[in-house]
Amino acid sequence: MDLILSIYEIPVINILLKIIVILVPLLLTVAYFTYIERKVIGYMQARIGPNRVGPRGWLQPIADAMKLMFKEIIFPTNANKVLFIVAPTIAISTALAAWAVVPFGAELVLADLNIALLYILAMTSIGVYGVILAGWSSNSKYAMMSTLRTAAQVVSYEIAMGFALVGVVMASRSLNIGEIVAGQGGTGIWGWYMWPLLPLFVIYFVSGVAETNRAPFDVAEGESEIVAGFHVEYSGILFAIFFLAEYANMILISIMAALLFMGGWLSPFESVEFLSLGSSFLAGSSIVWLLAKTAIFMFLFLWFRATFPRYRYDQIMRLGWKVFIPITIVWIYVVGIMYYAKVAPWFV
Amino acid sequence: METFVFYLFSAFMVMSALMVITVHNPVRAAFFLVLTFFSSAAVWLLLEAEFLAVILIIVYVGAVMVLFLFVVMMLDINIAELKRGFVKNLPLAVIVAIAMFTMIYFVVSGEHFSVEHFAPPARHTADYSNISELGQVLYTEYVFAFEIAAVILLVGIVAAISLTLRRRPNTRHQKIEDQVAVKSEDRLRVVKVEPRQRKYEVGK
Repeated sequence: MDLILSIYEIPVINILLKIIVILVPLLLTVAYFTYIERKVIGYMQARIGPNRVGPRGWLQPIADAMKLMFKEIIFPTNANKVLFIVAPTIAISTALAAWAVVPFGAELVLADLNIALLYILAMTSIGVYGVILAGWSSNSKYAMMSTLRTAAQVVSYEIAMGFALVGVVMASRSLNIGEIVAGQGGTGIWGWYMWPLLPLFVIYFVSGVAETNRAPFDVAEGESEIVAGFHVEYSGILFAIFFLAEYANMILISIMAALLFMGGWLSPFESVEFLSLGSSFLAGSSIVWLLAKTAIFMFLFLWFRATFPRYRYDQIMRLGWKVFIPITIVWIYVVGIMYYAKVAPWFV
Repeated sequence: METFVFYLFSAFMVMSALMVITVHNPVRAAFFLVLTFFSSAAVWLLLEAEFLAVILIIVYVGAVMVLFLFVVMMLDINIAELKRGFVKNLPLAVIVAIAMFTMIYFVVSGEHFSVEHFAPPARHTADYSNISELGQVLYTEYVFAFEIAAVILLVGIVAAISLTLRRRPNTRHQKIEDQVAVKSEDRLRVVKVEPRQRKYEVGK
């Protein structure tokens, strides 16, 4: 027992163990997120969804993963082989690296950076290189078109997303996610930043949907127009890695929305007198609240996909540049005014 | 350890910067430029300039280089064509390169930038915030320089857009506000159809 404890004290092993503790549940969530997606969209479209593998289809994601792992990787003619393999590597490594700074509780964080928010923004903006490299190295027309679409779309929505986060930083006066969550505490549900920053909150999440290339902003994949976009030439495990990266990014956007705008691990009933007596479970902050809030946004991703038809390319550009960016700039001024007017309970 | 990391990333930076100008394929050159930015961000991190390092990645790697690649990928560049003028222009290129290097040498060398003129950067404690430090200086001491830079950038944006904007009055545009403001009466007409007697029998 002492030996195990002393091994745990070695810094490298300690950090590696923490990384495993974050990544294994994340990858399991990704696997079952795909299952839930198929089930939810199935029920929304009056179908049943996967129900053959295992009881109620619970083993479906595992079967899918096994299938993809054992499939052959096909390299297109004249494809740039090195970059063809590097592309999914970049996609997955940036998608997972961003999770290093995500806090799961007041003390539960792997790397407590004071620029955590910027770090996440940087990681998500590098992620687009996976798509660009994949499209370019496949030596395929459809993949190339998808690359051009994605590059334009992600750069456009990154600006709106960045401005939305500026509002959060102004309200909390910190780039550390733990401090941002702490700034929303004290008054229960009304203390959350989603109320004073409501337009920014909506814009953040919609930009997040656009950044992850999910419906209705999935012109990058656009299966009815350009087959499957940037990963049309990918097969087997390389395709699975792109899939994994996309879903990890969706969960990241969801948990960030929960942390920045909905008080993270804080309970919505914090200030309700009769619940907080004796620090009951409902009034205390815990990781359960964070995961529940994240699940709401994850469900929204699926709901969007089942509901909205795909935007046309010019409509995407118009929404990003002519609607979102002006609204965010105006609202940054409003936040500044609220800050000086000391609007309670957020700006005190 | 720190020296090792510094030399590792510096070596990466110099190598990839060299590759940018020696590699034939322009798309690959752009990717090497991305690697150069990355390594310089890592070197800045060693200097405890974490804000600048992350901003370098967000702005240059995440936005500028993506647009760069966007343009480079669309170009149809014939490499044989590019190589043809190499020998002819070599003397001129050498002269320009020598002139540039002498100028850089005079500016950077000895009296201005050598190591003796600067105290080694002080170590900061963990609660030191690079961002608030930068913000203090940027919005007090250098506020006018900062604002002028912003105005110049704005002028650049306006100029670039007005130079490339082509007005084509004959094209048909979608008017979003009209579409949003549309009501069901504008598109839908409910017609009352009177039932009529058949004029002839079926089957005759």
